Amino acid sequence: MTFAGWLTIVLFVVVLTALAIPLGRYMAAVYTGERTILDPLFNTPERLLYRILRVDPHREQDWKAYAKSLIIFSLAGWLLLYFILRTQTLWNWTGLNPEHFHSAPWNVTFNTTSSFLTNTNWQYYSGETTMSYFSQMAGLTVQNFLSAGVGIAVAVALIRGIVSRSGSSLGNFWHDLVRTVLWVLTPISFVIALVLVFGGATQNFSHYLSFNGPTGLANSIAMGPVASQEAIKLLGTNGGGFLNVNSAHPFENPTGFTNFVEMLTVLVIPAALVFMYGRMAGNRRQGYAIFATMMVMFVGAVCVAYIAEAHGSPAQHAAGLHTQVIAGSTGGNLEGKEQRFGIAGSALFDVVTTVTSCGAVNSALESFTGIGGAVPFANLSASEVIFGGVGTGLYSILLYVLLAVFIGGLMVGRTPEYLGKKIEGREIKLVTLALLITPLTALFSTALATASASGRASISSAAAGTPQGFSETFYAYLSQANNNGSAFAGYTGFIQPNAGSLGSHGVTFADVLGGFTMMFARYAPILFALAVAGALAGKRVSPAGLGTMRTDNPTFVVLLIGVIILVGALTFFPALLLGPIVQGLTGHLY
Amino acid sequence: MKKDIVTSAIGILVLTLVFGILYPLVITGISQVAFPGNANGQQIDVNGKLVGSQLIGQQFATQVVKNGKPQVDKNGNPVTNPDPRYFQSRPSATVPPYNGAASTFSNLGPNNVATEQEISANIQAYLALEKPYNPGLTAAKVPVDAANSSASGLDPDISVANADIQAHRVAAVRHLPLATVTGLVSKYTGGRGLGFSGESGVNVLDLNLALDRMTGARA
Repeated sequence: MTFAGWLTIVLFVVVLTALAIPLGRYMAAVYTGERTILDPLFNTPERLLYRILRVDPHREQDWKAYAKSLIIFSLAGWLLLYFILRTQTLWNWTGLNPEHFHSAPWNVTFNTTSSFLTNTNWQYYSGETTMSYFSQMAGLTVQNFLSAGVGIAVAVALIRGIVSRSGSSLGNFWHDLVRTVLWVLTPISFVIALVLVFGGATQNFSHYLSFNGPTGLANSIAMGPVASQEAIKLLGTNGGGFLNVNSAHPFENPTGFTNFVEMLTVLVIPAALVFMYGRMAGNRRQGYAIFATMMVMFVGAVCVAYIAEAHGSPAQHAAGLHTQVIAGSTGGNLEGKEQRFGIAGSALFDVVTTVTSCGAVNSALESFTGIGGAVPFANLSASEVIFGGVGTGLYSILLYVLLAVFIGGLMVGRTPEYLGKKIEGREIKLVTLALLITPLTALFSTALATASASGRASISSAAAGTPQGFSETFYAYLSQANNNGSAFAGYTGFIQPNAGSLGSHGVTFADVLGGFTMMFARYAPILFALAVAGALAGKRVSPAGLGTMRTDNPTFVVLLIGVIILVGALTFFPALLLGPIVQGLTGHLY
Repeated sequence: MKKDIVTSAIGILVLTLVFGILYPLVITGISQVAFPGNANGQQIDVNGKLVGSQLIGQQFATQVVKNGKPQVDKNGNPVTNPDPRYFQSRPSATVPPYNGAASTFSNLGPNNVATEQEISANIQAYLALEKPYNPGLTAAKVPVDAANSSASGLDPDISVANADIQAHRVAAVRHLPLATVTGLVSKYTGGRGLGFSGESGVNVLDLNLALDRMTGARA
């Protein structure tokens, strides 16, 4: 461990908070219709869009109407994306397929389409050997924007349900979606994309480079419009890399500077949403309490990961390698990590992207030490509520808040209330369903994949029959169910002997099970969250009395952390023991 | 229901035009004008010929020739030996190593026997190359970046400690004073981002091209 490493972590927390507070204020204005600084730029495009889409943005929707618009829009997006990916060569006339790549097979495309629709961005394909520039832009980049927009819309709808004073309206889905993509996602990704190019990232439509190096060896280098996709991939907590190794690739993340910018880009909206919530709830302390809860768990996760990775792995020690920091060397477990990021920059990045549903990586999670690798596992086991995905993180933690209020109410023997609204049987049933669906899906899919030969076919050869093989499988379905998308990347669903997808085939079991896992674990919780919003929207608000349990003080923060850890541990601890923890504790080589 | 379907169908097409076509085109246009070097992958030319990208690491090796025939392995990839005149990059898991068109992780687990074997092999290869010029070098003194594969398989950098060890070999093979080579190493050592983010490293391609400019390219 180094001073610069700890300094990076401290500065990251400080800068993130400093950016998230004003962004939260701005976003609150965006959704409550107050004036914002970007109105002159986007008012006209907004009106134009409503006219083209033939929607009345002021038509109020109850939770069922809101959900219906959301589901139908997602279905339309699914169909178009699947069509674009499967007809890749049809678009060669655009000149945006310079390497003439064929489409991936149907099963891989099914997985990829479900993956990008659900903000998961799980990738069985490798970008630079499978996807044309056209598919990446018109297909994947679009869903990077829209799936993020859908997630934020659901969070805004739930907030409206919690704070509404009358009626059953949650707002209007089209209005929330359009304002999210125009006022929030477009300007920030525009700026970040250009900052990344300034910092060295690539952005072109060229053929791949071919050349002979200084010693005469022939080589080629993948090209493409990388930065534009990188920006929204991080900002929307999507995480699907333009290139196979994601943000570890020097064209996606060229320097220590871009690495810092990219980490901030991932967390800035999820953190801002919490402050936005405090403002929309009319009580900023509610936002601060949730922010504190998330930050405590986040910092804990970062520290464990950094210390574990700096310590080195059993395989390194068995090979006789010394892993202390020495002059001019990072030390630590540098397997699957880039020199320019070092240990701290890699550990922090991968915690940032696994607490959120981003799932981008700048180092190989599979090569993390047992305990270091248990951190992403734990982050996913906490159901992505430590900041979480854009929107999904906020609506998930609000459901946990309701659960904590209910449990707290039981403990003190009073009717549980949140912001003056009674939390009753119907809400708690819906909350429980929403929170349990993701873990149950993850465990069910893992069990199915572990118990069947077709499931085990995806395990990488070096890990087969070892705890690492179970880790790969478990992580794959945990990540897909949580719509994260990061991977212990030895797990495969796509056999591709040649670049360009010729002669390739998918592993149907992994592709299809994964696709359904992602979609079920995305849309079922969304429906339950909207139903909770609907149930709360119509409730009367009673004034807070002396006996009302406070939800904006440190006691509640502790209770909330306890509930989150309890639910995560109860569901996942047995499975975690079998994979990463046993490796971390024994130090045994398999 | 019907209204939602119409809106969704129009919406997805319009938004695809905006975010799928317009947005990347605008970013590309601005980047190509404002930062053309970066946007095109930081290409490096020597005497008007492309030799690589500053950001993408390379294998500084030569193909093994037996009986006048360049050797290839069973997959048709060249069999190579490291060229002792050059600083060597980190181990890479791509096929062949440093294949700039197919990046990949090694995906070697922390507790796997395969990982231990891979790291041991990397240490042995490093010692075989460097020990003749660094008599005190042992496995325990090999910097981690020289024994562990990078994430991308295309890491352009090595650690300063790694470069300082290799400097002895390069200086001897190229008949240069050690101080000249270590001077070049310092010159091509990049600092941390913003002074704190990440680690400093030595850009191997830059360093090797500077050496070639000094003593001439491969004989």
